[in-house]
Amino acid sequence: MTASQAGAPSAPASASKTYSHVTCLFCGLHCDDLEITRTGQSLQVSNNGCHRGKSGFERPLVHAVPRVAGKTATLDEAIAAAAAHIAKARLPGYGGLATDVDGVRAIMSIADKSRGVVDHALSEAQSRNIKVLQTSGWFMTTLTEARNRADLFIIASDVQAFHSRFFEKIVCAEKTMFADTPPKRTVVFLGEGFDASAAVGPRIGDVVRINCKLERIGELISALRTLHRGTSLPGEDVAGVPLAQLEDLLDRCRKANYGVVTWVPPGLNFPHADLTVHQICEFVKDLNVTQRFAGLSLGGNFGVPTAASVCTWQSGYPLRVSFASGAPHYDPLRYAMPALIASKQIDCLLWLSSFIADMGPPDTDIPTIVLGTNDMQFKKEPDVFIPVGTPGIDHRGQIVRCDNVVSLPLADLQRGAGLARTVDVLAAIEAAL
Amino acid sequence: MLIKFTGGKVYDPANGIDGQVRDIFVRDGRIVTPGAGEAASQEFNLAGKVVMAGGIDPHSHIGGGKVTIARMMMPEDHQGHEVARGDLTRSGCGHAIPSTLTAGYRYAEMGYTAAFEPAMLPANARQAHMEMADTPMIDKGAFVMLGSDDYFLRLLTKGAHKDDIKDYIAWTMHAAQAVAVKVVNPGGISAFKFNQRMLDLDEKHPFYGVTPRDIILTLGRSLQELGVPHPIHIHGCNLGVPGNKDTTLATIRASEGTPIHLTHIQFHSYGTEGDMQFSSGAAEIAELLNKSPNVSIDIGQILFGQTCTASGDSMRQYGNTKSAHPKKWVVMDIECDAGCGVVPMKYRDKSFVNALQWAIGLEMFLLVNDPWRIFLTTDHPNGAPFTTYPHLIRLLMDKTFRNEMLRRIHPGAQAATILGTITREYSLYEIAVMTRAGPAKSLGLKDRGHLGAGACADITVYDDNPDREAMFTTPAFVFKNGEMIVRNGKIVKVVTGDTHVVRPEYDRKRVEKPLKEYFDSYHTVQMENFRLSDEEITEPGCGHAPGTCGCLVIHPTGART
Repeated sequence: MTASQAGAPSAPASASKTYSHVTCLFCGLHCDDLEITRTGQSLQVSNNGCHRGKSGFERPLVHAVPRVAGKTATLDEAIAAAAAHIAKARLPGYGGLATDVDGVRAIMSIADKSRGVVDHALSEAQSRNIKVLQTSGWFMTTLTEARNRADLFIIASDVQAFHSRFFEKIVCAEKTMFADTPPKRTVVFLGEGFDASAAVGPRIGDVVRINCKLERIGELISALRTLHRGTSLPGEDVAGVPLAQLEDLLDRCRKANYGVVTWVPPGLNFPHADLTVHQICEFVKDLNVTQRFAGLSLGGNFGVPTAASVCTWQSGYPLRVSFASGAPHYDPLRYAMPALIASKQIDCLLWLSSFIADMGPPDTDIPTIVLGTNDMQFKKEPDVFIPVGTPGIDHRGQIVRCDNVVSLPLADLQRGAGLARTVDVLAAIEAAL
Repeated sequence: MLIKFTGGKVYDPANGIDGQVRDIFVRDGRIVTPGAGEAASQEFNLAGKVVMAGGIDPHSHIGGGKVTIARMMMPEDHQGHEVARGDLTRSGCGHAIPSTLTAGYRYAEMGYTAAFEPAMLPANARQAHMEMADTPMIDKGAFVMLGSDDYFLRLLTKGAHKDDIKDYIAWTMHAAQAVAVKVVNPGGISAFKFNQRMLDLDEKHPFYGVTPRDIILTLGRSLQELGVPHPIHIHGCNLGVPGNKDTTLATIRASEGTPIHLTHIQFHSYGTEGDMQFSSGAAEIAELLNKSPNVSIDIGQILFGQTCTASGDSMRQYGNTKSAHPKKWVVMDIECDAGCGVVPMKYRDKSFVNALQWAIGLEMFLLVNDPWRIFLTTDHPNGAPFTTYPHLIRLLMDKTFRNEMLRRIHPGAQAATILGTITREYSLYEIAVMTRAGPAKSLGLKDRGHLGAGACADITVYDDNPDREAMFTTPAFVFKNGEMIVRNGKIVKVVTGDTHVVRPEYDRKRVEKPLKEYFDSYHTVQMENFRLSDEEITEPGCGHAPGTCGCLVIHPTGART
């Protein structure tokens, strides 16, 4: 087993340096065209960032040291305390998991050894997709393919709210490699209250809004599928949308050379949203019988595709895996971390959150170890706190993009913060078990 | 420290040794010729045992996005096949699409010391290497996919200078950290994105106007001129389509003497005769292969049971979704670079088509004369999981067993195959060629796949059990770099394995100027980040000599012409 991203320890911060082609950590698109200037220990996004990236990279470096039971401790003491909590746990939980590939590898290793359970903080949203993958599958595309090829985008979530450069980079892209004069694209917003302000510019043709409640997108798509099969529908509307408008949308779909339906799993935050994803994916399959169409799932913030991918290739299953028996056991309901915490089925929680301070541990009186960003604040002091570096800022790393195909390198921006790497901390805790 | 392996029957085809009793000496992980009177500090008495180099699987989907999609889609593949953590080994799971860790352990326990991922998309190379890094015990390497990527097709369409094409191929091999180049459904993956459902050898791509023949020949000749040891690795047009034997025959003829490797040829050897309009083309193809010394093949044997197919061939895999079992599948268009299709499949011996596929693969094995040009594969997991290799070896080595199995399959398929009339039985020497020496030679791994002085001491020792399936399932010992890693089929030491790459010469400055423009105009990843650096795939500061611990092994190329 390699910790292939070990990298050299952070160099001491020198006066000023500009880094190009920097990968942004702060949403699942992982734009890698950022230019970042470091002055001393401060970072500034000098080109190509969005507000989310800017606030992530530019957060001030506050001094933090490990704490055990609220008291300042050395790293070794904190590691020993963490190991003691895990060693005496009957079922330790490993949650959060906002980390890079090596961080997840280290979590998998210690969870395997300590017979724990692994889950990511955002896996509820991701599970809406995974349920569909595991029951019927799908036909998907990726960001570059959509950017060049799509002539119709159906936007079935508030994409702009989650990924503020998606329209700039994909939908409104100036050029396409398949035409010297790039044709205009049709953009259909299917839902309610979505921010459509970014769907502007020379590439954008018709912008169509079909207003319906989020919870009823699935019903609308199901109606489209029915119409596509040539069956007529009773009544005059579906989910408040006139049938004529649906017929028009179907006509646009059928005329598209390459249509893309995109959604953001965390944006479909209502019960049984997997059924909406399922309808979208089946509609895409229906259309592909005679033409080309594809799904494009976004989301994937805070390393959730990374956690699911590494967990899958190492254990066979995409998170919510328990090693309690010594072998991996998968149960996406039983091993959901929020439920395990609420029911106190786990008796020790290691919470890993190395991207942003806001993603702290859930409120619980279960003994909690936090490997967190240096500026993390707590309502309730965890039993052990170990500040760790952010991959892509304080050390090198790798991360998987929302389309689950592309992964990107993360740079060391050399703040010289002296923060430990997650992988080293976890390896030391594991060695002490 | 000098280690002596005494008295084993050695099968080392690269050095012409066919079962003679020989002593083998190992020092510092390499096979050596000891000085006169030099005493060994450790000795293994292998009297009566069979000794071969470690097995090398030249085509096995062990890492990369599509394999992980398959793992994620198929929890039912893993359930009931969980593997608990051991004293030395991590937990995992595994049947058709095992977890990376389990795959590494299983390969080693079966006497294999290397496996090559044959379909690494450039856009997914980083993840493929992550997964290979998490596959312990064995050496790894990957073939990078070209031929349906828009950059290559644009070069071809505009009639780019052949040096520009060669530079791009070399750049891609460097960027993706590859050991060879594969083409999958040449141009077809791209054509499918334009809603083309089939692309035969001389059919024009609907947008670029080039044909699969142009693509294959350009890649084949360029690789030869770049001095890359392994010839273009071809997954041809029309995979799985009845009648595709004609395309395969035409592809062999189209090579015009340029070295080519036709992979999983079983899936490309179908005729259209008989009531079911599905018949064997193996005899016809084997006859042409026997006369075509520039062509090598691997089989992609199917064996009965549940598996999950995973391929870069989105066009043909979409066609195969009709046969998905269970009824779920993933097809993807990927990054103006490639595609993939993941389709679960259950091969049944009572299905006419599946049974005949089984027979076609075996016919091909037995009708191709030269074992140096045919490699033993199931196209893991597409024909069957790699763990079925010992069973497959027995089918090849034991005519009585083979005919017994033949009698169990669909009667129509029995009637449609000449398998029962073939009396050939593979020898241990031929098995050693097909599973070690041949693949190593073809991939340019000069110090692997043989037991001569200077070779890496990857050695497998078997009991000479007449039940060849039992023999190849449980080796007595496996040594990796001279260290014992397996005893009686159980892991006794966990090692990492190396990553093999080939780096043909190219003009980086010249190729990166237009590439940078291309990436900036059309891509969502920066060219600089598309490239996978050495630091990303090696263990930094490991302190070991190259080639001893998950490090990169860079194999030499021939001179560029």
